Amino acid sequence: MTISYFILFLSVIGIFLFCYFIATRVWIKVDEEKKDSNNQPKNRRDFLYISSMSIGGLGVASFMWPFVKSMSPAEDTLALGSTEVDLSEIGIGQSITVKWRGKPVFIKRRTEEEIFAAQNVDLSSLRDPISDEDRVQNPEWLVLEGVCTHLGCVPLGQKMSDTKGEFEGWFCPCHGSHYDTSGRIRKGPAPENLAVPPYRFLSDTIIKIG
Amino acid sequence: MQNSSEPKKYKNSFLNWIEYRLPIVSYIEKEYGDYPMPKNCNYFWSFGALASIILVILIVSGIFLAMNYTPHTDMAFNSVERIMRDVSYGWLLRYLHSNGAAFFFIVVYIHMLRSMYYGSYKYPRELNWILGVFIFLLMMATSFLGYVLPWGQMSYWGATVITNLFSAIPLIGEGLKTWILGDYTVGNATLNRFFALHYVLPFVILGVVGLHVAAVHVHGSNNPAGIDIKSKDDTVKFFPYMLVKDTFMVCVFGVVISAIIFFGPNLMAEVDNYIPADPLVTPSHIVANWYLAPFYAILRAIPDKLGGVILMFGAIAILFILPWLDSSKTRSCNYRPIYKWFMMLFFVNFFVLGYVGMMPAEGIYLLIARIGLVYYFAFFLIITPLIGKYEKPGHLPASIRDVYIDGKNY
Repeated sequence: MTISYFILFLSVIGIFLFCYFIATRVWIKVDEEKKDSNNQPKNRRDFLYISSMSIGGLGVASFMWPFVKSMSPAEDTLALGSTEVDLSEIGIGQSITVKWRGKPVFIKRRTEEEIFAAQNVDLSSLRDPISDEDRVQNPEWLVLEGVCTHLGCVPLGQKMSDTKGEFEGWFCPCHGSHYDTSGRIRKGPAPENLAVPPYRFLSDTIIKIG
Repeated sequence: MQNSSEPKKYKNSFLNWIEYRLPIVSYIEKEYGDYPMPKNCNYFWSFGALASIILVILIVSGIFLAMNYTPHTDMAFNSVERIMRDVSYGWLLRYLHSNGAAFFFIVVYIHMLRSMYYGSYKYPRELNWILGVFIFLLMMATSFLGYVLPWGQMSYWGATVITNLFSAIPLIGEGLKTWILGDYTVGNATLNRFFALHYVLPFVILGVVGLHVAAVHVHGSNNPAGIDIKSKDDTVKFFPYMLVKDTFMVCVFGVVISAIIFFGPNLMAEVDNYIPADPLVTPSHIVANWYLAPFYAILRAIPDKLGGVILMFGAIAILFILPWLDSSKTRSCNYRPIYKWFMMLFFVNFFVLGYVGMMPAEGIYLLIARIGLVYYFAFFLIITPLIGKYEKPGHLPASIRDVYIDGKNY
């Protein structure tokens, strides 16, 4: 994962700088001591000090790598799971929650009014502007990752009895983010719209997520 | 056996034998026997000793809990229930550990407020304060990790919310979050590493506490008058005077924590954590642990994700530079007639922030949180530097001994 490489890069730079400054200090001190004692010229051995410390530092840094990398998701976790979902049982206006890669995915069969509301929004009024057409493959079916983009809670709105928020979509109870019928952020602290996972229709009633 | 050239400092020959090879006996004698404490120190000076005793209690009870705990998503919740129901005295160990953690924060908060009120963080004890803030940071991390382990609903969603804070960092945030979790969501990999870290961090805290204590012993303890020790008349020996005082404090603390453990063990817990973790259902109201609530309130008061995260961490980070923000030479607020009241207001404000941090983030609570947030930062960045410049401090006693001669016993 890129983040582990980033951390490796930072630690190498950090250790290199550390060694460099330490070495420079040693150099200066050695210099001063020489001046004090017998005014000898700079010793070429100082170069050896610096270079051996730097190489040693790099060695330590590269030894850190396996430890850092071991914390990234393991290979079995990385192996992308995919989920097939049968949509035939879902009535108009209903929605279901399925689990994909440990996260909840919302699948909603939208009503005419909801599609109309989602499509007729002034895009410039949105925080994360994108039209409803770009978020769905078939306007009737809305597929979303049910993870609030603020701090990762699962928004309410899947059950009939849930609070759906001011825009009749989803409402995150943790910190009060309101999403509309296209899962776009309309009000509250979340910075982005609910993510759309990769999916495709295998037939009219079966979709494959992932 | 004993070489005749070895010095005979103590009556006990075994102590002499040790002392010659490792001078730990004289060290303990110097630091915990003859160590001079200012004689005007009040009971607020017992909270440091109290905190270290609680730390030991937490480590011991934690080790015994770990013997019965299973860090796996399928088994963690049930293993905690087993500790509560089947393991002999498991309930006592667990309630001692969870309530002990809460009391650790209470005691450390009082310890910190004492340092702030009496100016203990000022020259020459700045490094001591920095080490203390570092301990506080480690404590917050450790308590968060520990809160995840029972794998209830609050554990799971608390972990989700806190680790998502890192995803607010631009560019690397999302990757950093995945690296910390070891998965795309909070999962088994996360629980495992949180358990490993929760086990090791208390020992790191113990190490830093050692440095913290060693550092305070270099220049000696501060005192309510905030003036330096000038002569032997200003002090009493740690043993027996302060030891007795600290022991009395530990007894009082023991009564209080026993009352909580035996009569209200779940007073400071959230009921939702007795529901097993469910990744598909978020509890309607995620509550932070009360001891982290002031910072949680700051996080939620900002309607912007990155901004909230920056301010929350900033609220802790700003403590590190407090010794350099305060421009006044007078340590104790007892002799600072104006700053004293701003300090009191700061304490009240901190409590209020904690309260609103546990309430839903809407309406009046949001407004209060925002006002509290402004005061929190204004106190450090504007009030503290400015008042130090313009305030006329009260007349300081010439020595600690004179405090008693003045007839004002503080």
